[in-house]
Amino acid sequence: MRIVIGQGSCGIAAGAEKVRQALLKENINASVAGCIGMCYLEPIVDIYDEDKLTRLVKVSESDAPAIAEYINTGDRSKIENLVVSDEDSEFLNKQTRIALRNCGIINPEKIEEYIEKDGYTALKSCLTEKTPEEVIEIIKTSGLAGRGGAGFPTWFKWNAARQSEGEEKYLICNADEGDPGAFMDRAVIESDPHNLIEGMLIGAYAIGAKHAVVYVRAEYPLAIKRLKNALEQAREKGIIGNNIFGTDFSCDFMIKAGAGAFVCGEETALIESLEGHRGMPRLKPPFPAQSGFWRKPSNINNVETFANVAWIINNGGEAFAAMGTEGSKGTKVFAVTGKVKRSGLVEIPMGKTLRDVIFDIGGGMKSDKPFKAVQMGGPSGGCIPASLIDTVIDYKALGATGAIMGSGGMVVMDESTCMVGMAKFFLDFTAKESCGKCVHCRIGTKRMLEMLERITKGEGKEGDIELLEELCYAIKDGALCGLGQTAPNPVLTTIKYFRDEYEAHIKDKKCPAGECSDLIEYSINAEKCKGCTLCARNCPVEAISGTVKNPHVINIDKCIKCGKCYSICRFDAVVKA
Amino acid sequence: MNDNIDLSLLSGVLDEYAAVKGSLITILQHTQDIYGYLPKEAIELISERTGIATSEIMGVGTFYTQFRFEPVGKYLIMLCQGTACHVNGSELILQTIKDELGIDDGQTTEDGLFSLKCVACLGCCSLSPVMMVNEDTYGSLTPDKTKKILKELREAAV
Repeated sequence: MRIVIGQGSCGIAAGAEKVRQALLKENINASVAGCIGMCYLEPIVDIYDEDKLTRLVKVSESDAPAIAEYINTGDRSKIENLVVSDEDSEFLNKQTRIALRNCGIINPEKIEEYIEKDGYTALKSCLTEKTPEEVIEIIKTSGLAGRGGAGFPTWFKWNAARQSEGEEKYLICNADEGDPGAFMDRAVIESDPHNLIEGMLIGAYAIGAKHAVVYVRAEYPLAIKRLKNALEQAREKGIIGNNIFGTDFSCDFMIKAGAGAFVCGEETALIESLEGHRGMPRLKPPFPAQSGFWRKPSNINNVETFANVAWIINNGGEAFAAMGTEGSKGTKVFAVTGKVKRSGLVEIPMGKTLRDVIFDIGGGMKSDKPFKAVQMGGPSGGCIPASLIDTVIDYKALGATGAIMGSGGMVVMDESTCMVGMAKFFLDFTAKESCGKCVHCRIGTKRMLEMLERITKGEGKEGDIELLEELCYAIKDGALCGLGQTAPNPVLTTIKYFRDEYEAHIKDKKCPAGECSDLIEYSINAEKCKGCTLCARNCPVEAISGTVKNPHVINIDKCIKCGKCYSICRFDAVVKA
Repeated sequence: MNDNIDLSLLSGVLDEYAAVKGSLITILQHTQDIYGYLPKEAIELISERTGIATSEIMGVGTFYTQFRFEPVGKYLIMLCQGTACHVNGSELILQTIKDELGIDDGQTTEDGLFSLKCVACLGCCSLSPVMMVNEDTYGSLTPDKTKKILKELREAAV
């Protein structure tokens, strides 16, 4: 029997390492795997008996003796309560995994396990049997497009860098996953680092680069650790370095840790940061393919893009292109989070609908409140309302809603989320993250944030919506880079689909979702109140009065709207409106 | 507090990177690992060894959220401000921490025990709301759970 514990960052945070230690005490030595993507069920213990898999979920330390007994005696009754339900198994069964194919299955710290899964065979076949042009042609056939957000055809970028004159070229991986709500790149690096390395080496061969660089977020220490370890192992095996697989192709590797700046997801800003400067975007053209890192021809793709490459080489461009829609080929990974029942990583072929992801795989809402919207593309994207739930996952179709495919963050919201608050949240983010180079972005986002703050405080004025829209278009036109050009999207989409909510804030001074604390009032329903005094005792400002077994009353003048009484009441007697 | 900055701790880092072009951010990261922040004396030494003006070093240092110019407490609380955390109530957690510790974002408690920093997405969205305290991640936070964690940390420090 082989025992595997998922140990991505989420798994460890949920207690996976403690479970492993507890199992060790029972003399069971479980091996480490990355993240299977069923984050809502962590910690997960997989028990392989030959090929038969028993998956245990939400395991805690105290379950270790029962698991040990099952392993030693085969008595399944001991662990029956931990076995994953059929319904939860569907979360994975309904997916098609290419980029994530090894995640949560192999040990990311052992190159042998990657090699066992046909690892590095794609690289070998490229180096020994294909010309760089042929490799680019396969990627062209596959229709692979940049998974970081822009969706630009990968082959086109590779070809441009290939065509660029110069001996010294750089192949760069953007692992600065800054989009709040997206974590697939972290999962790939933590769970299957060799897949990234192989994809990058193939890319380096295709464009003719001798240097590969990974720019990874400093906030992902585990990913950096596993990637470093993987690079060392690959080096020992001669997969990185000089004369790889005995050919005349040589490539070295370098990891650079980012220092926390969202704008560094923009490729020229990333290059500035790699060179040790402030991460401020450069004017384009020249594009990085002509003049990038150290002004040499450079090609930048993101982690998920590279994670598809080895599979495409091994299975052919046609197999990849057979999945998806006319304009969007292959699969895409989504990080599904928020108010959804089953949150985690979902990889599905393009062409499925948002409904497939959120309801069929994600299981719908976790509370009884109805689905309201899904936020896609992070600060550059937008909110897609419930009425468009059947939108097809395709670069164009998603773009038409005003949101974007983005890097694949999907934050699901129910009726308790305020859409004006959501727009404010993102503007707060972009205003802080604006590098300050362009006036429109630097000052425009700030002004928009101030207006949104006013509106959520009940100080909105007639004409604010129109002014917001005007500013949005001005910033879109006036900003140099993608950050500024897309920063207005969260505001534009929420105005487009939830204008009534803006109007309720501005005209009626009400927050329909009940989230903006300045616009809500708490009161006590006298019929439901049992007079237990719990709220009165817990009110930090003594705004609640009443006697035992008699309905209590909130003094609105004293109330600071902290919500304590609302969350503490056992009889749902406190009303928020 | 600056009397005890031991600049010799930096020599290894500077020997390795001072002459390598494009290494300023790497040097600053190592410096912060050593001292917990970027002391003024260290910045001056880096400038001397790399030939990069202190103004430029400050420009880079202040650009990135990772760098700090003040010492931090024993426990650095990094509260995630990602979208999923926002939707799942990180605001309430922030308020709880502020109330419990009496500090704002970017401040340190008087006893030097806790520093609070609101950070961009930590990538543990399924466990939202999330915070990291030094290297440890705490997920599915509620106000009560947060108070309990802070209490335990405070007790552990004594």
